[in-house]
Amino acid sequence: MIKTIKSYCSIKNNKVIINGRVDPPISIDGPLDSYLNEIYRSKQLNYPKYFKMDNLCKLAFLTGELLKMEDNLFGINQTEIGIVISNSTGSLDTDLKFNSSIEDRQNYFPSPAIFVYTLPNIMIGELCIRHKLMGENAFFISKEFNPKIICDYINILFDCERLQGCITGWVDVNENNHNCILFLVKKEELNTGQIIFNENTILKLNNGEF
Amino acid sequence: MEKLIEDLKKEIVNKLRLENIQWDDIVTDDPLFVEGLGLDSIDALELMLILEKKYGIKINSIEDGKKVLYSIKTIAEFITANK
Amino acid sequence: MNSVYVIADNIVSPLGFNTSENFENLVLNNSGIKLVEDQNLFPTPFYASSINTDEIDSHFGEISSAGNYTRLEKMMILSIDNALQQSKINAHEKDSIIIISTTKGNIDLLKGYDNNIKNERVYLWKLSEQIKNHFNSPNEPIIISNACISGVLALIYASRLLQNSVYKNVIVTGGDIISEFVVSGFKSFHAISEGPCKPFDVARSGLSLGEGSGTLILSNDKKLTSNKDVISFCGGASTNDANHISGTSPSGEGLFLAIISTLNEAKNHSVNSIDYISAHGTATLYNDESEAQALSRAGLETVPVNSFKGFWGHTLGAAGIIESIAALHSMKKNILINSFGFDKLGVTKNINLIKGSRRKEINSCLKIASGFGGCNAAIAFNKL
Repeated sequence: MIKTIKSYCSIKNNKVIINGRVDPPISIDGPLDSYLNEIYRSKQLNYPKYFKMDNLCKLAFLTGELLKMEDNLFGINQTEIGIVISNSTGSLDTDLKFNSSIEDRQNYFPSPAIFVYTLPNIMIGELCIRHKLMGENAFFISKEFNPKIICDYINILFDCERLQGCITGWVDVNENNHNCILFLVKKEELNTGQIIFNENTILKLNNGEF
Repeated sequence: MEKLIEDLKKEIVNKLRLENIQWDDIVTDDPLFVEGLGLDSIDALELMLILEKKYGIKINSIEDGKKVLYSIKTIAEFITANK
Repeated sequence: MNSVYVIADNIVSPLGFNTSENFENLVLNNSGIKLVEDQNLFPTPFYASSINTDEIDSHFGEISSAGNYTRLEKMMILSIDNALQQSKINAHEKDSIIIISTTKGNIDLLKGYDNNIKNERVYLWKLSEQIKNHFNSPNEPIIISNACISGVLALIYASRLLQNSVYKNVIVTGGDIISEFVVSGFKSFHAISEGPCKPFDVARSGLSLGEGSGTLILSNDKKLTSNKDVISFCGGASTNDANHISGTSPSGEGLFLAIISTLNEAKNHSVNSIDYISAHGTATLYNDESEAQALSRAGLETVPVNSFKGFWGHTLGAAGIIESIAALHSMKKNILINSFGFDKLGVTKNINLIKGSRRKEINSCLKIASGFGGCNAAIAFNKL
């Protein structure tokens, strides 16, 4: 049995790339969430909770939708599918929004709907709720995308049979800059045409080398 | 009262980000939680915030909130009684 | 697969700047939760467990004259330094690495934040850099930011790395501060108790925030253990409820699964029962009830259990580390510590809350935690 990348998707620099194929561009002006909402509409998704999410979770959610998890992880017990994600800015994008709701003591109305998104692991929660994933999950922070941290952890979890499938990658938002790539990793029999999961492959795919 | 009810419905759709719902689709007497609109605990807290911010009425606990926030009608009645 | 040993530890909190002082206060039944009147944190007074800043500075001054560290960085450096002093480990060895657990890091720097200047220090990787450079660590620290399970998760992750020889020693450190940001956030959730928190109690009404730093040094080299009682990691797991982003699953499903997975792994280490449990016990209505459900479903209703949140408040990213250290010292000293703030059972399952500290032989313990985002974690340790 080996670990393979069954599918991968990136949303970065206003480009959606699914398994190496670039989607037709969406040209829309305005802040990040206009672009993300347009992706939602163009993919004809139907998940009303999406609109309550902050930009970080919207980005993770949309990328997750395009991985075709239900097909690729079919037959695997939900307790054996994990999520290990990382980024650089944590939830700073939403932290700043929440911070501005408490800056003025004369107009002091801290919003619970914003506060709940001031933790980067909430995106893991949203993905787990959407796809009913209950296995090992963890959120790491690093200055740049660091495949070693996530590969070390995921390899151990697969090798000691705690996981049969895993979603992993990098989801980062910095004002209107967005940088997201998610990989769907699965344990399966060796076969032809597979993409092997390891640090090198992850790095190459993240650099756009398909 | 009618204007207040209309305002509340618009406020809920807008502030709670209910995307596929038009304000005039909301039935005034219908429960807002569990059934009806199916709002959740975070929506309840946001509604309590809206009451404080827009109508100047503070609800002190989630328990009190549950009774007031049952439906658009109960919220409107509460606001009118506490103005 | 290597064994993973507990080598040294430290707690920095309102109850003291080393583990001994902290544990002594637990035995004496002294809580760090007091009424905090600080307009910079919240317009009205609230109960919390906060550390005197002058004391942090004065203790820090004894180990370093370097300026320009934030309050949280000083707490964490003090904690790591003290733990290292008790061990034979050098942070600048290539086979040692630091793992940092924090939920919001230097979030107090957001006050008056200028979006044009963009203070890098608010980034957690920058906090990590400060700590790495102070200890001349050759490896980039690993940062885990996973809500309230961060600490337990960091200990599990460290143990996995050590079991698989990725490193020889791991210095796991957790820290979080009380900030206007976090106080106002939890207040917006009506999650903060009017008085000091009362975990699992019928009169509980929310949590009390706390701040602190905890460090636990783990190694796969048995020669580094010094005490007569050698304590070892014997199981751990994280799960997700897949239910709601801020509420726990009412049946405690995710936590139950994490506990069962941990207990099953412990059996492989010949640990067939648990003698004591350190609960998450935040004292919110829903957390404590869900947790009791999970414990009951896992068949752990009769095992003595406490929550340390009545002593330290909820220290967020530090909680999993500080409370695990307290659990380990309870095990070393064979003392079950009182569940401070608990008086009358207020959950629907008859779990065995510790009322009044007492002696008992403890050979294995379980630490559990849950957090925003539906995450749960459990970790078990035993005496060899």
